Amino acid sequence: MAEITLEKLAHSYLSDPKSPDDFALQEMNHVWRDGEAYALLGPSGCGKSTLLNIISGLLVPSHGRVLFDGEDVTPKATADRNIAQVFQFPVVYDTMTVRENLAFPLKNRGLPASEIADRVGRVGRMIGMEATLDRRASGLTADAKQKISLGRGMVRDDVNALLFDEPLTVIDPRMKWELRTQLKTLHRDFGHTMIYVTHDQTEALTFADRVVVMNDGVVVQIGTPEELFERPEHTFVGYFIGSPGMNLFDATIEGRKAVIAGTRFDLGQGYRTAGGRIRIGVRPEYIRLGDHGLPARVTRVEDVGRHRIVRLDLDGQEVSALVPEERSVPDGGTHIQFVEGGVNVYEDEWRVAPDTERQAA
Amino acid sequence: MKTRNEKAWFLILPVLILVAFSAVVPLMTVVNYSVQDTFGNNVFFWAGLEWFDEMLRSERMWNALGRQLVFSGIILAIEVPLGIFVALHMPKKGVWASICLVLMALPLLIPWNVVGTIWQIFGRVDIGLLGHTLDSLGIDYNYTQGFYAAWITVIAMDVWHWTSLVALLAYAGLRSIPDAYYQAAKIDQATRLAVFRYIELPKMRGVLTIAILLRFMDSFKIYTEPFVLTGGGPGNATTFLSIDLVKMALGQFDLGPAAAFSLMYFLVIMVISYVFYIAMTNLDKEEGGA
Repeated sequence: MAEITLEKLAHSYLSDPKSPDDFALQEMNHVWRDGEAYALLGPSGCGKSTLLNIISGLLVPSHGRVLFDGEDVTPKATADRNIAQVFQFPVVYDTMTVRENLAFPLKNRGLPASEIADRVGRVGRMIGMEATLDRRASGLTADAKQKISLGRGMVRDDVNALLFDEPLTVIDPRMKWELRTQLKTLHRDFGHTMIYVTHDQTEALTFADRVVVMNDGVVVQIGTPEELFERPEHTFVGYFIGSPGMNLFDATIEGRKAVIAGTRFDLGQGYRTAGGRIRIGVRPEYIRLGDHGLPARVTRVEDVGRHRIVRLDLDGQEVSALVPEERSVPDGGTHIQFVEGGVNVYEDEWRVAPDTERQAA
Repeated sequence: MKTRNEKAWFLILPVLILVAFSAVVPLMTVVNYSVQDTFGNNVFFWAGLEWFDEMLRSERMWNALGRQLVFSGIILAIEVPLGIFVALHMPKKGVWASICLVLMALPLLIPWNVVGTIWQIFGRVDIGLLGHTLDSLGIDYNYTQGFYAAWITVIAMDVWHWTSLVALLAYAGLRSIPDAYYQAAKIDQATRLAVFRYIELPKMRGVLTIAILLRFMDSFKIYTEPFVLTGGGPGNATTFLSIDLVKMALGQFDLGPAAAFSLMYFLVIMVISYVFYIAMTNLDKEEGGA
């Protein structure tokens, strides 16, 4: 296991990148702490697989360095980095049995047979496939094959990191839950550094201690699931995470007061802005319907069982609010209010810290 | 109850007629000849299984069959590994991949008798590039007189003509392997040999089955190229089954024995191909199943 450091890392698939648009990954500095479970979350094409392949060494970055425990591994080949990677589609060696599949990485490293048998047995138990160890791998279901791929990574207990590239894409939903739970257990029991790439927020938030959100080749926020929910650092995090995503209102700010669509209200804290485009972000969970606040009109109500999603129209802008099942929803004109602490202010897409937070820091 | 509409049979009538005239009628004509004797003038006498009996006891036919099996065996043993080797070393993408594909396909487009003619000239000691070069190097090479020279030339010609087919099929098989397999193999520290043995070969099994089957059937039926090159000689050295058959049917006008011969020839190809096919699909099942 190792701490992985990305130093001034950037990557372009072009040979002579000029503008930032030519980069698949914008320059980043980041430390993946030893033994932690990370999720790398972002929409398709945001560069998360590129980043993963750079860490595993399948791709050589055009700029910057990758360090494992302080040692520069940038020029090292995948095989020499001692990492394990599970891919989107299960990879098994068709002609081998499950046992031979699990033993393969150890055999290639020239371990003694008794040690191999020992470890394969252990990993077989870990992934719950003891009973099928002697079956041909090619006849198994997709999720069993994916477990074998995972097992081939786990069988080397000295791996620096376990990397997952959307490993549950081809698994059916019921098994997805089970496998993810198993992964969490494995992480808790063995403490490998894990990096899990996904575009599914539920997967990311349930799996990881810390989630790295990427968009357009840029890491926009790294934080715990709670931080991503409560304090999105970027409007992208606001609407990418959450269902539905965060509401964003164009606003002007004067000290502790804000004005949205001509209505002035108190923010509870002061914000200092630099004159950029100001928007106020409020999650649907923090919007209450009532008799005072910003005037809005209910346009649609979607009942999703646990709660209802109310779509409102505020001066031509669509707003979503979550309303518990037991509370009534007025039809037509109403007012919306923001729950205290649920308001974030953004200037040019990035979050502005309120004065109190600034003083604390 | 469902109403049955027998009119649907009319829809397959054109196919039936076509197959009848292209395959069934000619085949039955051969069957007809194989059980009769004739002295010309369209007069036939019933001969029963006499010709079959004669052919089964004919040393000439067994020799031709033996040569045929050796020939097919040798060209399979060369073309399949060579085809795989070429496919493994072809560029994977870009302009060169397309250029290679076109170059590889070229021999396949050349008609059989032209291939024979090309090699006939190529190997000639007086004017041929190959023949003349070997001769001036002091190597005793003459495919019209030497047994080994004739065999080597016939085999080289077939390898030149058909290895492309195996290579192209193997290439298609290789291209269909997702990158993740190679990446996983790198992570597992597999050697190049292990990648070939455990990833590439199993994934190519399907196309290789087809390649071997096609090459076997075609080589077993080979006629034009060796006929143009050596005419079956020197002596009977390269007289393969179909060359012998044509000699018998058109050279000696022994229609009865030739018909019996061709029916047995046909059966042998069918049986061997069938056995091949069953053996290889069974192997597949074994690998795939429990």
